[in-house]
Amino acid sequence: MGKTLSEKVWDEHVVRSAPGEPDLLYIDLHLLHEVTSPQAFDGLRLANRTVRRPDLTLATEDHNVPTVDWDKPIADPVSRTQVETLRKNCADFGVRLHPLGDVEQGIVHVVGPQLGLTQPGMTIVCGDSHTSTHGAFGAIAFGIGTSEVEHVLATQTLTQARPKTMAVTVNGSLPEGVTAKDLVLTLITHTGTGGGQGYIVEYRGQAIEELSMEGRMTVCNMSIEWGAKAGLIAPDQTTFDYIEGKPEAPKGADWDAAVAHWKTLRTDDDAVFDKEIELDASTMTPFVTWGTNPGQGAPLGASVPSPDDFDEPNDKVATEKALQYMGLEAGTPLREVKVDTVFVGSCTNGRIEDLRLAASILEGRTVAADTRLLVVPGSVRVRLQAEAEGLDKVFIAAGAEWRGAGCSMCLGMNPDQLAPGERSASTSNRNFEGRQGKGGRTHLVSVPVAAATAVRGTLSSPADLTPIGA
Amino acid sequence: MDKFTTHTGVGVPLKRSNVDTDQIIPAVYLKRVTRTGFEDGLFAAWRNDPDFVLNNPTYAGGSVLVAGPDFGTGSSREHAVWALQNYGFKVVISSRFADIFRGNSGKAGLLAAQVDEKVVQRLWDWLEDNPGGEITVDLESRTVRAGAGEDAVEDSFDIDDYTRWRLLEGLDDIGITLSHDDTITAFEVGRPGWKPVTA
Repeated sequence: MGKTLSEKVWDEHVVRSAPGEPDLLYIDLHLLHEVTSPQAFDGLRLANRTVRRPDLTLATEDHNVPTVDWDKPIADPVSRTQVETLRKNCADFGVRLHPLGDVEQGIVHVVGPQLGLTQPGMTIVCGDSHTSTHGAFGAIAFGIGTSEVEHVLATQTLTQARPKTMAVTVNGSLPEGVTAKDLVLTLITHTGTGGGQGYIVEYRGQAIEELSMEGRMTVCNMSIEWGAKAGLIAPDQTTFDYIEGKPEAPKGADWDAAVAHWKTLRTDDDAVFDKEIELDASTMTPFVTWGTNPGQGAPLGASVPSPDDFDEPNDKVATEKALQYMGLEAGTPLREVKVDTVFVGSCTNGRIEDLRLAASILEGRTVAADTRLLVVPGSVRVRLQAEAEGLDKVFIAAGAEWRGAGCSMCLGMNPDQLAPGERSASTSNRNFEGRQGKGGRTHLVSVPVAAATAVRGTLSSPADLTPIGA
Repeated sequence: MDKFTTHTGVGVPLKRSNVDTDQIIPAVYLKRVTRTGFEDGLFAAWRNDPDFVLNNPTYAGGSVLVAGPDFGTGSSREHAVWALQNYGFKVVISSRFADIFRGNSGKAGLLAAQVDEKVVQRLWDWLEDNPGGEITVDLESRTVRAGAGEDAVEDSFDIDDYTRWRLLEGLDDIGITLSHDDTITAFEVGRPGWKPVTA
């Protein structure tokens, strides 16, 4: 019997395997940031251990960093201490760091791919659940806790039970104006937040193959939101074209050897998945969340559901609690939901393609009078590229705030937060209670929906906008 | 890590599903660089509500949390485990845990005991009849137990063999792996030269 893509990658990284024990898996790339690493470095010091492979480790500052005045010391002393702790740890243990102010600084999951460090067939971990993003390249990539961060620092391996395999096949093509974000939000509402639990998921099918690398990263990024261990996509010409020429991509004969290997990273025709799901992309529409987990979503054209729409008692209670928290009435058309703040950014939708798309909708339009639009590039490179293309001028002319790189309002660890009761349309990945600030209410949306919502002030898609010049 | 064999403590019903790690500890509480002091952030938003279960003196000193399905979803923050431990919890019982949370619990020494959804309901019912009552969680026999006689609740829980063994022995994962240092080194010799490096 053949192997699935994830089984091939997994098997290539098994250092040791014994009956009744999890596999010992080699890690090709370990990414670090300031929030989940300090206790791991402390653990190394206490046990008198070193970082086994600093040359397979990369750190950046993203969760805590301000997106304004980034050339000044961080105002919040606790955030500053955490960032300074990372700097000291990287200096002490010889780890390459891209700190605030560096041209390669940014969200860890934007930085890895743009440096060309994220490549097919790798194992990639980071103390951050959205590490699944890197699966877009055909890598096994997943988030780990701080104890595991310490384990990887000390040993460059992880003990991991072999997950089950699942295929999500998305047939057909996405209609015009429907994005990878709508696809993955549709999927999560279909499966629920626990639907992927215990599985490594391979996304495949025509709609997935037609996605750009940015779109593939958006899909894989949200694998964790339906509970999957990891999500990945078989590498193809789109993948190779994206990687070629990146600073850390293989060169010359190494490139040829690498591509030859990467081309073998496909699920064999006779391989069997433990579970399969099929979706039809051609029926998908702009999709938004109304509740307090990413599985509580609906098409933008629908209305806020009622607890009575659900059969399961747990779903009824969860819906009731969500509507109460979100301040929504069942039956309200989603298009009538008034939004205070729109956030474009994050490791889900903070790449250059996302900013181009947002700018193309905002060009010649203005943000609604009592709505705030925050545009936060995923990395300094993305910011500089956007500025080189004049996108910043489009955003500023529309009335948006153009910011520096970081995680920002996705999780509100820096000053970019919602006020209690404030409602956002956000291109990020989590609509949990208080995720973007205590009492804040989040609707997860795609980039086009975010941009159109900023213009109209209520949840909208570009189709709802008056054509320019009309 | 301390050995975990059995624990008996006050059961705390948390009647919610999808308790994500942002609820267990919001991001603004993640800025400490130690493994201690996170108890103030535990369920921070809900603790403002006087009716929240942890504000009920009956459950003061609670150490066995009985939660709804899909506990610990979302972020990989191990701070969620530390916050529960710093507060005094030794065990979380649920019918389904998010993978990363379950892994983090095993590494940090918090027992994540997975039971059938019906068992969670029976424990909730029992705690309603016996507020402040104690639940025993025996890792050796993989059983949860509450009460005695006719109303008693007793059932088995799931935990993978390897994590159970490590918790029973109180073993340090890194120490175990480093005993295979030669195998890791041999593996490294065979890695292709074109794999990327950061240095």
